[in-house]
Amino acid sequence: MVRAAVLHGAIAGLSLAIGLVFWYWATRIGAHWFIRFDNVPTPYQVGSALWHHLGETRFYLHIAVSLRRILIAYAIASTLGIGLGLVAGRSRLVRSAVMPYIEIIRPIPAVAWIPLAILMWPTEESSIVYITFLGALFPILLNTIHGVEQTPEILVRAAQTLGASRARIFWHVVLPASLPSIATGLAIGMGVSWFSLLAGEIISGQYGIGYFTWNAYSLIIYPDIVVGMIVIGLLGTLSTFAVRLVMRPLLAWQRKAR
Amino acid sequence: MTVTAPAEATPRQRTGQIRIERVSVRFDGGAEKRAAILDISLNIEPGEFVCLLGPSGCGKSTLLNCVAGYVRPAAGTVCVDHLPIDRPGPDRGMVFQQYSLFPWRTVCDNVAFGPRLAGKSRAEARAIAERFLEMVGLAHFAGRYPAELSGGMQQRVGIARALANYPSVLLMDEPFGALDAQTRAMMQENLLRLWSEFATTVLFVTHDVDEAVFLADRVLVMSAGPGHIVADIAVPIARPRAPDISTSTEFIEIKRQCLGLIRAESLRAFAEQNR
Ligand SMILES: Nc1ncnc2c1ncn2[C@@H]1O[C@H](COP(=O)(O)OP(=O)(O)OP(=O)(O)O)[C@@H](O)[C@H]1O
Ligand SMILES: [Mg+2]
Repeated sequence: MVRAAVLHGAIAGLSLAIGLVFWYWATRIGAHWFIRFDNVPTPYQVGSALWHHLGETRFYLHIAVSLRRILIAYAIASTLGIGLGLVAGRSRLVRSAVMPYIEIIRPIPAVAWIPLAILMWPTEESSIVYITFLGALFPILLNTIHGVEQTPEILVRAAQTLGASRARIFWHVVLPASLPSIATGLAIGMGVSWFSLLAGEIISGQYGIGYFTWNAYSLIIYPDIVVGMIVIGLLGTLSTFAVRLVMRPLLAWQRKAR
Repeated sequence: MTVTAPAEATPRQRTGQIRIERVSVRFDGGAEKRAAILDISLNIEPGEFVCLLGPSGCGKSTLLNCVAGYVRPAAGTVCVDHLPIDRPGPDRGMVFQQYSLFPWRTVCDNVAFGPRLAGKSRAEARAIAERFLEMVGLAHFAGRYPAELSGGMQQRVGIARALANYPSVLLMDEPFGALDAQTRAMMQENLLRLWSEFATTVLFVTHDVDEAVFLADRVLVMSAGPGHIVADIAVPIARPRAPDISTSTEFIEIKRQCLGLIRAESLRAFAEQNR
């Protein structure tokens, strides 16, 4: 067990090291194949730019603004997504009413929403939050509906025979049974909300890590582009991990079932 | 496995009478509706142990589900203690063919669920659950999750969960169908011991002739196409019954009778199919 973990860790580290070396080498010789590396900053330039920004308040402001947008959008999306999903999963009538909207709106990418969102919402801030919210909503909503539909009928029957009312069955059977699926939706939703947020931030606003990245391009500060990308990646990973961590105690029973 | 019934379980209840009158159930079979069971009438007295015996697909589960209240008959009525059944309720406990414990609840919380729903306090429900788990020999597994238990153990928890509500009728749908022969024999004996303590009415579905004769006061032989009852065979073997009764002449004679009926029915069905 421990040996296997060490081995996998070593392979992962080695793989990363090779990637870094390649990056260094390609940028150092200014490789000019089909894709060009002559304008790509070297790992060293990126590292020192990151170090520099970490000592700057303004950089944290960008991160804080992005995090705030994510938090607001995600909170609304998960409340609405889980709430509506639970109802739609149980009631065929509600499902028939909701499904067409899901089918029509879901395939529209966040970027395509930007012009209309700017026209519709009173402030730029609210339009960015709206786009982020849309990104998070659909995975959460669909996975919740799916989870509710997957509730084993036999467990519902068992609860009925033990004397559970409809409301009790909802709370004690349907909700826990769909929790694994809801958790998956929440994790995916978090990833997609970053994706959508970035689309919004790149195109409008004066703050946010997406704005930072795009602004670096406009101002020809190439190392900052990569700094922005790395920070976005890290934040996305960390926030998805945080969602998993929060859901973990609720799903403890599932690990026993393996 | 020790059997010590809780004090409030002992009164020999006179409830649990089942009256099934001209019940038919139809399911959508593609274009037309097909009868799963047709015109079944049946009386079961309080405290009786009745086995429904028949081949796969003959409608045993369907009939049981009518009593449970999961399936509404197309015609006829089912009454338990003179009250018509129109929905599932805690007066009729159910032990399912498949495992049906709540995987997110511990063994103890599974058994305590019924008492909790009945309005017992957390502590009371827990105490009840622990007593019933002790009765099925699983007191030490109270804190485990169902997935950590073997199939036979899960089925014992299922029985404890059904009994913890003190149902007047216990419905069992091939509860030991998935178990190996030894476990199964042990479970049958334990069930009889529990039943003698609780004196609840039991309607037990099986397709195993030995199981039916070993357990029942009466064996109802069912046949398919559409499901109906072909014979009502009394099993006057003295109780308590030990596993070795299966070699007694009495047992073998009743078994022979059941097997003869089943064989005649399958021959008839086969002949009908080939006509
Ligand atoms: N929900 C349903 N929809 C349509 N047909 C059904 C449904 N449930 C049962 N049937 C049909 O009714 C008949 C009786 O089924 P039932 O499950 O009661 O049989 P069974 O005797 O319990 O069989 P087994 O021993 O295999 O459990 C079968 O022909 C089956 O196909
Ligand atoms: Mg069945």
